[in-house]
Amino acid sequence: MWRLLPREVESLWTLFTASVVWALHFLACYVGAAIYCEKPGLLGYDFVNLRIAIAAVTALSLAMIALSAILAWRQWGFGAGDPPHDDPTRQDRLLFQGYATLLLSGLSFVGVVFTALPALFITECLR
Amino acid sequence: MSDAPTPERDRAAEEGRLRAVWANPPGWRYWTSVNNTQIGLWYGSAAFAFMLFAGLLGLLIRAQLAVPENDLLSAETYNQVYSLHGTVMMFLFAVPIFEAVAIFLLPPMLGARELPFPRLGAFGFWSFLIGGVFVCGSIFFGAAPNAGWFMYPPLATSEQAGIGADIWLLGLSFIEVASLAAAVELIVGIMKCRAPGMRVNLMPLFAWYLLIVAGMILFAFPPLIAGDLLFEMQRMFDWPFFDPERGGDPLLWQHLFWIFGHPEVYIIFLPAIALLAMIVPTFAGRPIVGYSWIVLAAVGTGFLSFGLWVHHMFATGLPQISLAFFSAASEAVAIPTAVQIFVFVATMLAGRVIFSTPMLFALGGIAIFVMGGLTGVMVALVPFDWQAHDTYFIVAHLHYVLIGGMLFPVFAGLYYYYPLIDGKHMSDRVGRLAFWLMFTGFNIAFLPMHLTGLRGMPRRVYTYPADVGWDWLNLISTMGAVVLGIGMFAVVVDVTLHRRKQPRGEVNPWNAGTLEWINEPEENWGVRSIPRIESRYPLWEQKDLATQVNAGEWYLPDAEEGLRETLVTSVLDAEPEQVLRVGGTSYVSIFCAATLGTVFIALTFKFWIVSLLAGLAFLCGLIFWLWTGTGDIPEKEEKDIGRGISLPLYASGVKSVGWWAMFVTMTGDGTAFASLVFGYFFFWTIHEDFTGGLGGPGALWPMAALALFTAAWAATVGAREFNRRGGVVAARTLLLSGALLSAAGCAAALAGPWRSGMDPTAHVYPAIVWILAIWASVHGAAGIFMQLYCFARSIAGRLTPRHDMELHNVALYWHFMLMTAAVTFSVIGLFPGAM
Repeated sequence: MWRLLPREVESLWTLFTASVVWALHFLACYVGAAIYCEKPGLLGYDFVNLRIAIAAVTALSLAMIALSAILAWRQWGFGAGDPPHDDPTRQDRLLFQGYATLLLSGLSFVGVVFTALPALFITECLR
Repeated sequence: MSDAPTPERDRAAEEGRLRAVWANPPGWRYWTSVNNTQIGLWYGSAAFAFMLFAGLLGLLIRAQLAVPENDLLSAETYNQVYSLHGTVMMFLFAVPIFEAVAIFLLPPMLGARELPFPRLGAFGFWSFLIGGVFVCGSIFFGAAPNAGWFMYPPLATSEQAGIGADIWLLGLSFIEVASLAAAVELIVGIMKCRAPGMRVNLMPLFAWYLLIVAGMILFAFPPLIAGDLLFEMQRMFDWPFFDPERGGDPLLWQHLFWIFGHPEVYIIFLPAIALLAMIVPTFAGRPIVGYSWIVLAAVGTGFLSFGLWVHHMFATGLPQISLAFFSAASEAVAIPTAVQIFVFVATMLAGRVIFSTPMLFALGGIAIFVMGGLTGVMVALVPFDWQAHDTYFIVAHLHYVLIGGMLFPVFAGLYYYYPLIDGKHMSDRVGRLAFWLMFTGFNIAFLPMHLTGLRGMPRRVYTYPADVGWDWLNLISTMGAVVLGIGMFAVVVDVTLHRRKQPRGEVNPWNAGTLEWINEPEENWGVRSIPRIESRYPLWEQKDLATQVNAGEWYLPDAEEGLRETLVTSVLDAEPEQVLRVGGTSYVSIFCAATLGTVFIALTFKFWIVSLLAGLAFLCGLIFWLWTGTGDIPEKEEKDIGRGISLPLYASGVKSVGWWAMFVTMTGDGTAFASLVFGYFFFWTIHEDFTGGLGGPGALWPMAALALFTAAWAATVGAREFNRRGGVVAARTLLLSGALLSAAGCAAALAGPWRSGMDPTAHVYPAIVWILAIWASVHGAAGIFMQLYCFARSIAGRLTPRHDMELHNVALYWHFMLMTAAVTFSVIGLFPGAM
């Protein structure tokens, strides 16, 4: 896995990876539930199917966020250097990006768990 | 970078040339200036004026509600007053004021002479001013919007709404164009125009926030533009998007409005917090604690804010599991929001705080905002929201959030940054008095509203009976509002009158550490020379930087060619890449804003001919603007910017700012398109048979359109490649054939619904199919315009194999066009069959 992606991903966009996963997960849950509740015939009549689907999407999303966090942690040098990472060097810029990405992965992880929680408790398309 | 001694230079002559190049025109032509300092000031002053106007409307509301059974305002006038109050505060003050501050502050903060598209900035300002005056002026003719600031159908599609609804829809669509223009300008400016060495880990936090906010605008405003389009089609031509009797659904408007409306709250809030992130370190006398945490909070809030929109729709009868997703996200957003507050508290604890006037406003704002945030967590819970929905509890909550999270920080910013405008200072005594009046007045006005709301008083009622226990609470609120108003009036007096007699003060009175404080307010050139940045707080940590910069010892200290120039640097490490020549003073921005404004205003009154003529005039202005003001081939390849660095004067493709602007614009455009597609599937979801038993456009014509547009795309990309390799004739041929193919594509797109006899007024299904086909055709037409433009540039010798920026940008447009065509025609052509 350590060779799967370049050691330092030279891009601003990796910062947003975990947040994008959160957004896609949120959209999948919302759209899935909306279509299920409006058109029950299309996705199977049992609400449990929907909950299983949400569980699967959640597990996948959390795994992707964890991967993004591990990559970010590595970019951050596994925490070897302390913030604030404000030296005018490429090295410090990379450490900053790694650290910020790691923090965002944490927030996105919590966000995904929050979003998935309703599926634990709600068992029908009650309005 | 070399530290070799600079050869003898005539610095006075350099300064003379710089001053001449960046000077504003004299006399009334001053108003044709496009310089970011002037545009920022005008923008800010206009937004402030609109705020005062809306504030007076707010006082009218409070006067009407002061006592029960009041007849100061009629019900109809009251409806207009509160609708306009909300509309103006949100659209003409809260969002534009941050665009104004950003346009004014960002170039000096980033060490740039100018933002990359000054004429676009000016165009945005004039559009905003024209649209704003139009919307505000309506109330003097009794024609203001009267259906609330969110214009819910069916009330707003009914006859009762009158012309006010059209004024709202068209006036605000026009202003949204201005916001998108500002977003393009800010994103490209922050990513590409930072001073050399200002890597992403050294960027001022204000720039980080603004980058996120501008990105949010790209995804938040277009859904509203799409919604406005559907809404206006219903009002003007009776296409039944929101009419349940013909398959429409008013809830679609609520979705589109709040997909815009909730992120909008954060679009307002984050830039205000960004001001605090500049102010707090200065008065704590130390760098911010937790820079990365602020970035986390800004990005995190930016994303999460898009998962909250349904919490405005908890009472609309959606499935509870859907509500719960949004409730969960609404709770989650409290995390990054709180992180920012804790970062400020930690910074203050770690430093020695000076309680100056800006700091007072900052702390007062945070205190008020925290209260609003806490009631926000309460109303994010569905059961509580069902109780508080549409009561004065919500009015209290939203004012705590907006006034604490936005108005107070903006006033803090006004007191803090005022010296940058003309070197003078605001009065400390008046400032402190104003703060305490505003702070106490605000709380006296809005704290009781929580109780009024819990006692059941609904929003938007023009009066109430005496015996239900709301009377004394309302009277207290009104008294508080008056005190708040007096406090704000004191600030207005301070800005307009008091200051005139003041002498000039220090340029950096607060001993702040960020780059914008190098600014010399009497000069219009931005920075005398562009320094290399090595710190987050360069004025604190880079010795003698201000002296060196102002002595012209850094990059680009001269304007030999008599042109306005700024540096373009790389996105991550801000390595110098190009000297960018930006547009100077011009009438074209005003002309384009005025003609486009006329289009929208004429449409409101259904003056079709005027609208068409103004549209043609706008198009001519646009062509003139592009032809004379962009893509000029420089007289030499490279330019020496000092200290032994020579940079190219021309860039095309991904290195050029134009390419980035196209990319950013089309991302926003793509979001609007996605919102229309969302509408299509929304109607599919809610109906057993969403076609209403009516025939569709068939698969043949849509597939033909897709094939033609794909061929037009291939021709455009081929033209770019041939041209690059020197095959100019082949490129021109391909451009022309691309335009023909695209024209055929547009015809085929419309032929689908037309040949099938789909009547858009009969049912929502033909209406949404027509809208998607028209959307694709209009974009195809824009594609033709661009292909012919490149063709003409090539013939005129302004587009060559080496200088091919336009062709790269047009090819990029066509990538987006191809995606639009693929989605449109698969959806309208294949989806009904697949179902």
